[in-house]
Amino acid sequence: MAAGATTSGGTVSNIYKGNSAKLMFPAWAMIGFFLLAPVGMMIVYSFLTKEFRGGVIWEFTLAAYDQFFFDRGLFGDEPPSIEWTYIGIFWRSIWQAGVATIACLLIGFPTAWFIATRRPSTRSAWLFMITIPYWVNLLIRTVSMKFLIRDTGPLNEFLLWTGAVSEPLGLINTNFAVQLGLFYSYLPFMVLPIYASVERYDFSLSEAAADLYSSIWTTLWLVILPVVKPGIVAGCILVFVPSLGAFLAPDLLGGAKTFMIGSLIEEQFKGSAGNWPFGAAASTILLSIVMAVLLIYARNQNKGSER
Amino acid sequence: MTSAEIAVDIENVVKRYGSFTALHGVSLSICENEFFTLLGPSGCGKTTLLRSIAGFEEVSSGTIRLKGEDITGLPPHKRPVNTVFQQYALFPHMTVTDNVMFGMLRSGWSKTDAAQRANQVLEMVQLGGFAARKPAQLSGGQQQRVALARALAPRPAVLLLDEPLSALDLKLRQAVRVELKSLQRETGIAFIFVTHDQEEALTMSDRIAVMSNGEVQQIGAPPDIYESPVNRFVADFIGETNLLDVDVHSVSDGMATLSLPGGHGFTCPAAAMRGAGKGHLSVRPERIALCAEGAGDLDATVTGRVYLGTDIQLHVRLADDEAMTVRLQNSETTIVPEEGSAVGLKLEVGAARLLAD
Repeated sequence: MAAGATTSGGTVSNIYKGNSAKLMFPAWAMIGFFLLAPVGMMIVYSFLTKEFRGGVIWEFTLAAYDQFFFDRGLFGDEPPSIEWTYIGIFWRSIWQAGVATIACLLIGFPTAWFIATRRPSTRSAWLFMITIPYWVNLLIRTVSMKFLIRDTGPLNEFLLWTGAVSEPLGLINTNFAVQLGLFYSYLPFMVLPIYASVERYDFSLSEAAADLYSSIWTTLWLVILPVVKPGIVAGCILVFVPSLGAFLAPDLLGGAKTFMIGSLIEEQFKGSAGNWPFGAAASTILLSIVMAVLLIYARNQNKGSER
Repeated sequence: MTSAEIAVDIENVVKRYGSFTALHGVSLSICENEFFTLLGPSGCGKTTLLRSIAGFEEVSSGTIRLKGEDITGLPPHKRPVNTVFQQYALFPHMTVTDNVMFGMLRSGWSKTDAAQRANQVLEMVQLGGFAARKPAQLSGGQQQRVALARALAPRPAVLLLDEPLSALDLKLRQAVRVELKSLQRETGIAFIFVTHDQEEALTMSDRIAVMSNGEVQQIGAPPDIYESPVNRFVADFIGETNLLDVDVHSVSDGMATLSLPGGHGFTCPAAAMRGAGKGHLSVRPERIALCAEGAGDLDATVTGRVYLGTDIQLHVRLADDEAMTVRLQNSETTIVPEEGSAVGLKLEVGAARLLAD
């Protein structure tokens, strides 16, 4: 009797195991085909020799990485010194993406808070309105932003008309224009995860804090922000990472002075440069930086929760 | 009661939400070192009143004084009262100690003093070993104690408790009642306790304010409320009762002379402000004795019997079809009449009471 019970219990769990292996297949196929294969290809290509009109020759070389980090003169025969051009582009990209992320956070958090504190029936309408611009292609949105802020665009025309300024602000082709473009492109990716966090926030925690002699700002700092932190972190990652690799906003709004990583990489594959291994190497370096930042964050998180 | 002994003085407090009035001019005083309960069904305004004392609700008119000082306009963080919330509202990202120290650190305690006091309070609620845990790692009962410790730690002038036992299971709830009462004695401050559970109110309170529809119906010690309810609402809400339609002949010196259904004359205590005419008599089911038909104050027919363990509940019907309930103690000597048999009911004089409405 007891043995029978055990056997039947075992059979059931085996059936589940059998099914779960089959059910896992699509997920593994996805990861393999869409994640491991392209990233693997990218890393492999970065160690290959370039073909002049695009493409690669299957010969191992570190030339792409060497070109990224070291300057060997015009003909490649001088003693190597540090090449600052690409490091500078990376640094500028990180800075631009950082500014855009902070701007998204400063605007996105109050927006998400506002939506999450509306009546449940009107929340979806607000969220819907936030996402409407994103039904339009990113290229079109970025071009319209260009038309809005250029010297003869409506913004400057209006400011001139009101007399607030005496000549156009000269916003286009500046770092500010790129930051504005990135901010506009990725704002919903900040609003939505923060909204999800704030919506779950238990407002009796704010009451408890006020009851325990905490002012509104202290409550925000000591209770609200730590509790909704997962949403803030998710939002920052979702804005920062694509901003770092963006090429539309810097190309269209920034002009040549504000070259970013995304444009650099794009140029290697599509544009005049046509250097696939170098583009792959720059992508690999970018990926390593992002992964390193996320890993450091994740490790600190774990330490925090173990404390 | 001199003003020095009054911890919280509520004077004519009105709270409106748009066209809905949650509190219709409530006035009451809560003494120092008193376990005071606001009791009533949901929607009666008890929680609104508690939240008004805490400062979470702005009253529409009226005055709230704390130890003689007008606090009506103060925001919650400037009121020296603390609250134990219904769902505890513990800060999930902080340890038990940090939760308990929160209020002290915000109100100017030094870190060392606050840490010492936190230890002391956690010992008091028997959670000394749990200081480093997060709220999610505690059981419901333990979380409830942390909430209590957190609210008591900054030494509030008054402790407010918003149905803090409702999330606990029955056994735990009964144990915590006793602890809460002794904690109140130990700390020596007024506890204002909100509940819809009459048993909770009767077992813990020094005084109870029974509320309904935004008004205080009756304030008194548990025996007063139970034995001398002033109106139908209080009689019906606190415990079980039988309400009989009676003809009141006269009322003098708080005693009413009346005739019961069936014509028997009867004399019993009456609520104040009560005159002659039609009225309601409240009789507790356990204060009715059975006797032979015709020998008691009322004659009735048994229509049903319900076994309740400690008691046996008897449903009876009077000649005019009014239904009543009688509770008999379940002992070996109790004779339980058969269904359909005719019985006489004898009312204990002190236990029946003529209500004001």
